Amino acid sequence: MSRITINDIQVEVFKDATILDAAKEVGIYIPTLCHLDLEQFNIENKAGSCRICMVDVDTNGRKKMMPACCTPVEEGMVVKTNTPEVVEVRRTVLQLLLSDHPFECLTCPKSLDCELQALAKKFGIYEVTCTGKMSTYEIDHSSKSIKRDLSKCIMCRRCETVCTTMQTVGVLSGFGRGFKAVVAPPEMEPLTESVCVFCGQCVNACPTAALTEINYISDVWKAINNPNKKVIVQTAPAVRVGIGEEFGLPAGTEATGMLTAGLRRLGFDAVFDTNFSADLTIMEEAHELIERVKKNENLPILTSCCPGWINFLEFQFPELLNIPSTCKSPQQMFGAIAKSYYAEKIGVKPEDMVVVSIMPCLAKKYEASREEFIKDGITDVDYVLTTRELAQMLKEAGINLDKLKDEEYDNPLGESSGAAVIFGASGGVLEAALRTAYEWITKKTLGNVNFKDVRGMEGVKEATVDIDGLKVNVAVTSGLGNARKILTKIKKGEANYHAIEIMACPGGCLNGGGQPYIHGDTSILDKRLKAIYSIDESKVIRKSHENPYIKKLYDEFLIEPGSHKSHDLLHTQYFKKNK
Amino acid sequence: MAQQIRIALRNCGKLDPEKIEQYIAQSGYLALEKALFDNKPEDILKLIIDSGLRGRGGGGFPTGIKWQAAAKQKSDEKFVICNADEGDPGAFMDRAVLEGDPHSVLEAMTIAGYCIGANKGIIYIRAEYPLAIERLNVAIDQAYKMGFLGKNIMGTAFSFDISIKLGAGAFVCGEETALIKSIEGKRGEPIVKPPFPAEKGLWMKPTIVNNVETYASVCPIIVNGLEWFRGVGTEKSPGTKVFALAGKINNVGLVEVPMGSTLREVVYEIGGGIKDGKEFKAVQTGGPSGGCITKESLDTPITYENLIQIGSMMGSGGMIVLDEDDCMVNIAKFYLEFTLDESCGKCTPCRVGNTRMFELLEDITEGRGTQLTITKLETLANTIKKASLCGLGQTAPNPVLSTMKYFKHEYEEHINNKKCRAKVCRELLTFEIVADKCVGCSLCARNCPVFCIHGEPKTPFVIDQKACIKCGSCVEKCNFDAITVS
Repeated sequence: MSRITINDIQVEVFKDATILDAAKEVGIYIPTLCHLDLEQFNIENKAGSCRICMVDVDTNGRKKMMPACCTPVEEGMVVKTNTPEVVEVRRTVLQLLLSDHPFECLTCPKSLDCELQALAKKFGIYEVTCTGKMSTYEIDHSSKSIKRDLSKCIMCRRCETVCTTMQTVGVLSGFGRGFKAVVAPPEMEPLTESVCVFCGQCVNACPTAALTEINYISDVWKAINNPNKKVIVQTAPAVRVGIGEEFGLPAGTEATGMLTAGLRRLGFDAVFDTNFSADLTIMEEAHELIERVKKNENLPILTSCCPGWINFLEFQFPELLNIPSTCKSPQQMFGAIAKSYYAEKIGVKPEDMVVVSIMPCLAKKYEASREEFIKDGITDVDYVLTTRELAQMLKEAGINLDKLKDEEYDNPLGESSGAAVIFGASGGVLEAALRTAYEWITKKTLGNVNFKDVRGMEGVKEATVDIDGLKVNVAVTSGLGNARKILTKIKKGEANYHAIEIMACPGGCLNGGGQPYIHGDTSILDKRLKAIYSIDESKVIRKSHENPYIKKLYDEFLIEPGSHKSHDLLHTQYFKKNK
Repeated sequence: MAQQIRIALRNCGKLDPEKIEQYIAQSGYLALEKALFDNKPEDILKLIIDSGLRGRGGGGFPTGIKWQAAAKQKSDEKFVICNADEGDPGAFMDRAVLEGDPHSVLEAMTIAGYCIGANKGIIYIRAEYPLAIERLNVAIDQAYKMGFLGKNIMGTAFSFDISIKLGAGAFVCGEETALIKSIEGKRGEPIVKPPFPAEKGLWMKPTIVNNVETYASVCPIIVNGLEWFRGVGTEKSPGTKVFALAGKINNVGLVEVPMGSTLREVVYEIGGGIKDGKEFKAVQTGGPSGGCITKESLDTPITYENLIQIGSMMGSGGMIVLDEDDCMVNIAKFYLEFTLDESCGKCTPCRVGNTRMFELLEDITEGRGTQLTITKLETLANTIKKASLCGLGQTAPNPVLSTMKYFKHEYEEHINNKKCRAKVCRELLTFEIVADKCVGCSLCARNCPVFCIHGEPKTPFVIDQKACIKCGSCVEKCNFDAITVS
């Protein structure tokens, strides 16, 4: 422990603590910008580059201004966080940042969510006194998912830390020097020329609008307003535990009913649930798991719901392309069933149907555009909006989500089990698969459906499940850095797993690249997580194969899991992508 | 030349740098032998601390203290790095040492390794020094063959290896943490200290980084002893310093003088005074991180502390002499532009702040300056000094601050009178044709790139001041000295 004095207050902190940690301990606020602490995932951006958190430090008589976010405390240190000198330096630094930042706040997608804007407000900057040349760059909208506007990059390096250290994708890093320094893919190439997997964690980390999603709101409005189109919508599990935050509801508010009501108000012809197709995914995936375990071949089976992780596999581990489940993701399964089974049922031609997804994810935008999911010119899913974009649409339409009365999903694609909603959290897909696989293998009823070992925010979770004497080794990993470790083990033949769930985003979809911004407050994620499992608890049906509408779908249309029709509509394959 | 004492440059020019035998004949590797056979590491460490040797690369941090900090650390691996990424404009003393006496550096690094408990040395040298690299490679080969490097040096239990790492010419890689990042194969960018390299350096292991000239000064201390070294220089700055004399001075080149010599001795006695009998204006020391020293300080003894006190710094030893034809605002702009080009862009004050300062200086030299420009410059300089991440940024405003301090009148002339007394800032100049001298040959008009000189042949021509771009080509072409510049 070290004792230091901050603004005349004595504080005792752990030896490795920073001045910022110590200040927090005694409730002293020090402004930060480049600093990002994703405590849950053990990831911290401590570049010390923005210089907003400068404080006066006196160490045994040596006086110097130091950045609070990355200066470790030393016994006897005397820190002043608010001297006129310190304030002057911070203001000048902020003026400098603003002097090379476009003044587009009114039209900027990050307006009111921008940390630079918030600081300017906090500091009471009403005029930029420092002016000069500005950085201008061509905007990169090469991809379907992520827009890069480097004129708004402030070199905080947060995106670099999440892309390189946390996800080990390594696309974003410092490029160029001096005034022209930015964080960009190698040689400033567009994202589509890089090994970017579109997980969108960089977008979540970016304090400004240098990285945002590619926005499809106007396309969706057009579709809704087209009288010749039947426009239906699906909502991913994690959306319902995030969207409330955009409307001032406390984090962790379960907003399923309000969400359904809001979507109906927007004018969608039918409001369905991706949870329905999550149950469907379990039918196919559990079937595949059992087949593979029985034959003891091609193991472990890896989940394939997450398009970010599938991209990662296709770029980084092409030698393992044969082991993921061949199941399409729930999003794509939904589209495929909607445009066949449901279209037929209501007598609409597939080409006249538009499927919109509300996803917590940016990779889903890319996924919807994959060639494998376009058949005879018909795409499974037409437009993908993030949770944030949906909130934007609702606000635009004057719909206060928080004021709406709960409504139910439409049928037949709206009913789901508790096993489906937990797809939104890391471990959920595997738990859902185990609930069904257990009963199918043992032909017995599973008493306790909770597999708690695979739940939670931890990066790698392992468990051995006893299915009537059959020991099934499972692992759950989230965050691509953790996935890399597991995949490397598999490649070397050191892994002894039967099934592994992998999600690109740490913590799973509830922390997806399309969710409301958390600005480094990972406690919000815990609340979303709790909300997901409480929805599961509250469901009467908690196993996918017990969903009556799923049973009906097989009876009327698909026949049985793994059938020819299932393969045609619900399964896919993977391709090597060149680095 | 008078006044010079050669310690770091003791062998340069005296021996064939590719022949180790000649180095040995000049007491070469005697210091290493003394260290290994007659002393414990802590004895050598104490000697270096007591000698008062300070880093010759710029900061002047006590070398022994740095070594001691690394020696104290417990680690399975430690590193000794030689910083040969010399990059100050006009400075070439490290190159001279490496080309002329490479063994003196190898020997000192080996001794440093022995002191701190390291077995690996790395010389980080810029790729633009091919001859130095070649000489180093030859020297390393020879040292291995003779058993001065490698396993069980001179038959003792101590082993030490040295390898070379080429830098790509980024000035900021002379900053020790950026240099370490560069060796690790990462972007050459400084990181926040603490932790200092002596605790967590290369590959997070204890590391010392010293400059070439510092290493070159180590062996003579061990061979000749403490008293001898402390007998040269001053109490707080013992020994000598090599300077690269350049600019408007008669004798340019490297000089090595005892610390505490005065600038007058260096400029007038060794440097032979100002070129063409012009008037001395100032000396810029410390390169882009330093400042200018005026004639009022010509008799100040050159020590680390004195130079900082008068607003400059020792730096790596660049010494550029300026005369009446140099515009001090322009000099400040020149150095700032160098820093701009070399900033890594990591921290805000250096990346954006220096750009803004440069733009303000441009305003002044191009006639747009006001009193507010000066105020803004001062505010920015203050923030950049205090808030920048590394030494490059923290010292970048020095040339501006020091010229503003000593040559404020020149700044004010540029701002208030739109006048550059040294006639350097073109935008502030007026080109006029003296009617009495003009013969009306039209040569100037025909060479004017913007056709702003008009007149009838054989009558005096006139320059249209509004259109003139002040390129000066008329002055160059006129055969009759008929065009004045004011």
